[in-house]
Order: sequence, then structure tokens, then C-alpha cells
Amino acid sequence: MISKGDTMLLTGNHAAAYGAMLAQPKVIPIYPITPQTPIAEKLTEFQLEGLLQAEFITPESEHSAMAACISASLTGVRVFTATSSQGLMLMHELLHFASGSRAPIVMVNANRTFAAPWGFWADQTDSLAQRDTGWLQYYVENPQEALDTVLQAFKTAETVLLPAMVVFEAFYVSHALEVVGVPTPETVKSYLPPYEPKVMLDPEIGRSFGNVVDQKTYCQHRQTLDLAMEEVFDVAKNADDQWKGLTGRGYGLVEKYRCEDAENIIMAMGTISGTAKSAVDKMRAEGLSIGLLKVRLFRPFPVQELRGILGGRDRVIVLDRNFSPGNGGILHQELKAALYGLKSAPEIFGYLAGVGGVNVTPEKIEGLVKQSLSGQSSAKSIWGW
Amino acid sequence: MKHYEIAEERVFLPGHAACPGCAMALALRYILNTVGLNAVGVIPPSCMGPMMGANPYSSMRIPIIHNSFESSASTAAGIKRAFKARGKDDVHVLALAGDGGTYDIGLQALSSVAEHNEDIMYFCMDNEGYMNTGTQKSSSTPRHAYTTSTPGGKESRKKNLVEIMAAHRVPYIATTNIGYLDDLVYKIKKAKKMQGTRIVVLLTPCIDGWGFPGNDVATMSRLAVQTGVFPLYEVEDGEKYTINHGSQGMPIENYLKRQRRYRHLSKDQIEEIQKEVDQGWQRLQKLANL
Repeated sequence: MISKGDTMLLTGNHAAAYGAMLAQPKVIPIYPITPQTPIAEKLTEFQLEGLLQAEFITPESEHSAMAACISASLTGVRVFTATSSQGLMLMHELLHFASGSRAPIVMVNANRTFAAPWGFWADQTDSLAQRDTGWLQYYVENPQEALDTVLQAFKTAETVLLPAMVVFEAFYVSHALEVVGVPTPETVKSYLPPYEPKVMLDPEIGRSFGNVVDQKTYCQHRQTLDLAMEEVFDVAKNADDQWKGLTGRGYGLVEKYRCEDAENIIMAMGTISGTAKSAVDKMRAEGLSIGLLKVRLFRPFPVQELRGILGGRDRVIVLDRNFSPGNGGILHQELKAALYGLKSAPEIFGYLAGVGGVNVTPEKIEGLVKQSLSGQSSAKSIWGW
Repeated sequence: MKHYEIAEERVFLPGHAACPGCAMALALRYILNTVGLNAVGVIPPSCMGPMMGANPYSSMRIPIIHNSFESSASTAAGIKRAFKARGKDDVHVLALAGDGGTYDIGLQALSSVAEHNEDIMYFCMDNEGYMNTGTQKSSSTPRHAYTTSTPGGKESRKKNLVEIMAAHRVPYIATTNIGYLDDLVYKIKKAKKMQGTRIVVLLTPCIDGWGFPGNDVATMSRLAVQTGVFPLYEVEDGEKYTINHGSQGMPIENYLKRQRRYRHLSKDQIEEIQKEVDQGWQRLQKLANL
């Protein structure tokens, strides 16, 4: 049983499952896939132990799982699911459907390489390829952040009525054990109000969803998505601040590590951020003016905040554990677009580091930083392994 | 033949945007008006889409979700489970799909829902092709039928959906059509009282896709039964077959010759179809222990 301030040794998967259980979703449609499956398994254990009272749906595919997520959410209940890689790809059509339906589903995605060729390794391209689907995307670094972010994601998603993904890398987070503070159900109850939408599928309400609309209505509908995304920055920040107030743990939408007065900034998402922190410590000790900026909220992309932080710096070294064939690192692309036209914008260096799950060591990061110090930046991302 | 009273609750109203004379609109009227107001409908892309009319209006007095093409069954299951979680387990959840959305792209989801015996009613409006996109073949299109994607006639036979779903041992499967409204309403009423996955396949002759006059949907519906092409029957728990209306020994030609999609048939092809229909009818009688 959970007591106040319980501390446990949990994998990223189990930490996310604790977060989901504490949110008490009413419907959980879920399909197994490595390396996400321990989330599904843990949730069914919680159900058996009586810690969770949810309707489990175990359909024949991730596609049907997401279809049931959408319709259950639109029937007015809190919905959770989890997937990875091929499963996320199979859901792609319905990811658009979920955001278009304004269904605040929360889904954990364990970043994994997708076929071909087959692999099971940490690579963020699966979820980054879903960046235009209208889902919030949080990239988290460790099991604790996974648990905390699942709860923050529910709070934010249900406020702005958009679905949210909490993303972490295969094995580095999904299967790595770390010490995790598990909040009490009371803490979570005081943080996350019950989900009670005004509009839902119900014969007593009589509202329908998704009929064919004309061009203008469709366009207006897309604009409302834009407005909702714009709202996310404040809502997500408040959700993070409130959580910090209750548990002492807050992360920001972007996390700054030793960025004060840093001329050089490493930028990354996910576990590479943790490794980069030790590289920063070492390089700082050697006298280099450097810090780390971790992008935690990738969708919506915190453009204004990034412009504010990065204006006036000398250079940004972007490390992308993902790859868009034909245009390189996705965070690199997004950052260039975000900083375009900014006076005193830093030089931007983009390195493809850790694609396919290749291990990125502190030494590797130091090497890439040094490479950038002595070289010219290029518009193209450079393979840095 | 036993006579059944057709009492209707007005759930399906004027204002639908189906073709004039559409069999599906008539079928939908009796489905919705029999199930009543305590229901939610799931409508994938199909001729069912325009049935609701133009946004923001609706021809139906129940809430509808317009879902993705291949997910009607799983969408319906999600709604039903959410109602269960909300303590409103009495709401009927109806999937209203076409044959493309059932025999083809939606079969995987339907199989899963049937395997779990999810508590939904699934209606397949079978007009034997992708009529909403301009008459392309589906796996429900019968052999030799012309469609725009089988301009020389379809080479393979129609898939037997009922037997596939019967193999899932769902509590109730029925075939019916608007040529026998009393049968249709009887089956909806019966399905409504049951629980678990209930599947009703309705043959809905398509004026434009099949090519026959707009006032002939009832005639075509009856001919399909009388010739043995589409017998009306029930399967309970995958085991108990009951034939309600079947072949009256009428030659298949009487059905085929009234449709533009069969206009190109040779004598041999008609004989081939007759043979398949006879085999199907015999097989069904055997299953019903007749």
C-alpha cells in the first residue's frame, strides 16, 4: 500500500503505471508491445489488487485500442493507454482523430526504433513523426519524471481538451530501475480533479461528434486547435508549479541546467539530457562557459521561451536522438525555425547523436561540443553518432 | 407467416441526405425507431454518413459519433465500456456500418469485439460494394457483378460474413432486409433484449450501384430472398440456426436480369451463379437441421 512519501525502486514503465493508477482512469484500452508491455501488466495487477477500478479493453491492435480510447473519452471518462514504435505508427490515423475530437486521452509512448530493419532501441523518431497530430508531447528523462508527468499531462490535457503523450526512451528509461517518490492517493486527489466534461456522448445530452463540415467550419476548427495549443503553455506551467508545491518536484516546460551566463548551450530531449549534465559539470570545471537546456514540452513547441533563453548566447549544440531522412535532426530543424529572425541569435550546431539507440557517453558529448567550438555551423545536421 | 405489429418511436426523422428510395434509409428508420432514444450510434464513412444530414443538423434524435472507417466495432465497445464505468449500462450502443466497413476494413476490429463479446449491436448495411465512393467492389460483392473496379465482372465469390461471425460464437446474428419489415423489426427487438455482441446483416439493394428503378428496393429485397441469394435467418450462440424466410425455388435469373450490374452475364455465368446459390441454400438448410 502506498503511504505518504513512499519511496520505491521502479522502472520507467512501472513509475508511469503508478502515475496512471493514481489518476484512476475509468477505461484503459491497451495492446502489448515491447518495451511498453510492463505498463499494461502493472495496471492489470493494480486492478487485481483493488487499487484500480477500470474497464480494461484488450483489442486486436493498437488501432482498435486508440479507437476505443477516443470513443470512451468522448463518453465522458478519463482514459489512459500506452504504446511504442510500430504501435504508435499503426495509431497514426487515429491520433489525428483524437485531437480533432478534443479527447484528452493520456498515452505513454516508449520511444523505440521502427522497422525496417527491426530493432528495439531508444530512438525518438516514432513519436516525433507524430508531431503534427495535435497531441501534446512531453519528453521525460527518468522514471520519477515519468510518474510526475503522467499526472501533469492529465491535468493539462483535461483543461485544454487535447490528448497528451508522455514519451520516454526504450530501456534507458522504460526498464532502468531508479528511486522514485510515489505520491499518496490523497495528494493526487487534491491535485487532479475528476474529469467531468460538459459535452459528451450521452442520450440525455444529445450531442454528436465528427459529422462532415464545410471548408470554413473545418478551417475554424483547426484554429480552435491552435488556440488550445496556445493555452497549453500557461496551463502546463501551472500544472507543473502546483505539482512542485505539493511534492517538491517541478521541471518547467524546458529545464535549464547551469545555463546562467553560459555562452554555449547543449540542447536535448530525454535521457541524453541526464548524460549531458555530467558533461556540462566536467566542461564547466575545465573553464568552459556551458549549460544544458532540456526541452521537456515539445508540442506545443515553446518558441517564445526558447527565444528568450537563447538570445545572446554564442552557440547552441543540438543533440538529436532521432532522424528525419532528407532533413536531419528534428529538434535541430525546429530550433532553427523557432530562432529565425531573432537578433543576437546563437549559431546552431546540429548533431545526430544516439540515433538507433547508440549509447551517448559524456565523453561523446564533450567531443561534439569541442567540434562545434572549432568549426563552422552547417544548416545540415551532422552525424555525431 | 406470423404477423408482427410494427410500433415505432420517432427517432429517425426527415432530413436525411440519402438517395430517394434508398433501402438503407428505410432500414435505418426501423432500426432506430425500434431501439428507441436511449442509444448512441457509431457511423463510419459509408452511405450512413449522409444519412444524418448536413451539419449542424441531424435526422436522428440520438447522439452519433462519426468514427474512422475501420474502427466501428472498437469505437462502439469503447462507448459501451465508458457507459458501464459511468453506471449507465442501459444505454444501447449501435454500430451502423456498410459492407466495406465490415467485410473488409472493419473485420479485424469486429472479430476482436466479437471475441470479447462486447455488449453492442452491430448493423451491417450490405449493399455489396463501396457505393458511397462510386460503386467499387468489396469482398461482399457477388461473383460476376460489375463494379467500377471490376469492369469485367468480379472473379471471386462473396465472403460469408455470417459464418465467420458465427464461428466467434456470438450470442446473436441475424440476416434481414426491408422487403420483410416485420422480420426486420422482430430481429431488432429480439437483439435489443439480449446482451453481448449482436450482429445484424441487412441486404440493402442499391438503386445506383446495382442499377434498378428507384421504386424497386422492396421488390429487389424480396427477390433476393425468394431466389435464395439472401435467406433471412438467425444464428444463436454460433450453433442454433433458424431460417425465417428462404428460397422459394425461384430461378436466379429473375433477380439478376433486373440489375444493370449483371447485364453482361452469359448463360454459363448465370448457371454458375445458380449453382452457387443452390449450394449455399442447401448448406444453410443443413446447418438449420432441416
